[in-house]
Amino acid sequence: MTFDQKDVAITVKELSLQYAAKQALMDISLQIPENKVTAFIGPSGCGKSTLLRCFNRMNDLIDICKVQGEIIIDKQDIYHKSVNVADLRRKVGMVFQRPNPFPKSIYENVAYGLRLQGVKNRLLLDEVVEKSLRDAALWDEVKDRLDENALALSGGQQQRLVIARAIAIEPEILLLDEPASALDPTSTLKIEELIYELKQTYTIVIVTHNMQQAGRVSDYTAFMDTGKMVEFSETRTIFTNPKDRQTEDYITGRYG
Amino acid sequence: MDNSRMGKHISQQFSDELEEIKNHLLTMGGLVEQQLEKASIALIEGDTKLANEVFKEGGQVNALEKMIDEESAQCLARRQPAAGDLRLIVTVIKAVNDIERVGDQAERLARFATQLAEHPRPKNNYHEVYQLAQHVQSMFHDSLDAFARVDEKLARKVINEDVNVDHEYEAIMRQHITYMMEDPRSINSSLDVLWAIRALERVGDHACNLCEYLVYLVKGEDIRHSEIPQL
Repeated sequence: MTFDQKDVAITVKELSLQYAAKQALMDISLQIPENKVTAFIGPSGCGKSTLLRCFNRMNDLIDICKVQGEIIIDKQDIYHKSVNVADLRRKVGMVFQRPNPFPKSIYENVAYGLRLQGVKNRLLLDEVVEKSLRDAALWDEVKDRLDENALALSGGQQQRLVIARAIAIEPEILLLDEPASALDPTSTLKIEELIYELKQTYTIVIVTHNMQQAGRVSDYTAFMDTGKMVEFSETRTIFTNPKDRQTEDYITGRYG
Repeated sequence: MDNSRMGKHISQQFSDELEEIKNHLLTMGGLVEQQLEKASIALIEGDTKLANEVFKEGGQVNALEKMIDEESAQCLARRQPAAGDLRLIVTVIKAVNDIERVGDQAERLARFATQLAEHPRPKNNYHEVYQLAQHVQSMFHDSLDAFARVDEKLARKVINEDVNVDHEYEAIMRQHITYMMEDPRSINSSLDVLWAIRALERVGDHACNLCEYLVYLVKGEDIRHSEIPQL
């Protein structure tokens, strides 16, 4: 599946990744379209989270990890030695499975990225905190208690707070690694609704074990197995008429 | 109706549920096929007793229709089927409707059979109607067979057959219009014949619909109304 170059946010070219002797990703090439939601699905250990983590070089933290190939964002190979990883992560934000707010106030959690960038202007900070919390659909629930500890929020609220923290620094791309798998159904729906709102502004890549969730939120779906990209297509096609038998077996819950 | 290219579901219970839905659909199809055959014979032979059996079987067909609809809804709600499984459920929901309509047409035929039995029978004993009935019966039979064996080739053959049924239908209609013009006393029975062949022609259409759904099930391709422009 190919897109017009101007509509592409991330281009992956012949990407392979090894953890010591284990080949985790094998020769993956794909394009992630801009301002769309792309879901990665596949069985545990298929490499979907590994691939997601490549997009902001989270795998750099693992010593034994070796990456080959290219990932191009904004016309630049993010694995090129000239790339500043902190800059990259500002551009490519990430939200994890378990909400991980800092043990600080709600306000300080959202303002954290800006403070790190040296912003001290209280008015500007107030403005960004409010906007981010509104965009994360959390403002109405927390506006009267911004000074409370973020850890007092519910799991679903914490996850939306973490998303607010991620979008406060205005990234271009949001990586979501199973953002709703630790949440109850209502909070899950709120996160999904949020994803739908956020794609107007951001390119979103989501890894999920919940196939119905991929079906609900994504525009494109990539099915991976044993480190390979098996099928990448429009979500509507993957869920009604996948071309690959392996994909069909997986999404219909059959033995491979 | 087993899609043999597929592996087995991890959930045996899910496999069993889908299998049960398919079996019920084929049972319903078989029952309607029987109704159609009985109604056709009743028409040709003026057998009102056989016609009455067709009415009685209608109740069973309706009960199966409701059961299959309920099972399909349960499957959608509780299993959220995808891909081939989803296409199967969508296909069943649509097919059940067409099969039920074929049953309705069989009952109409049986009603005309009862009415025609009161009239003197023509020399050829409605031979032309008998031929048309045979034709659509074999189409309906083949469409069910195509379902049972997931035979896309057979389905396409049935679809191509429909144009011949239409020609036969028109020929019989012209013939009976001539009878009516020649002898107004034949109007009553000829009108019944016209209604009867209309019912048979509709059965051919339903058989085609079933086959179109089957192509969707196998290929994921919607071949209905292929002549209309894309919206």
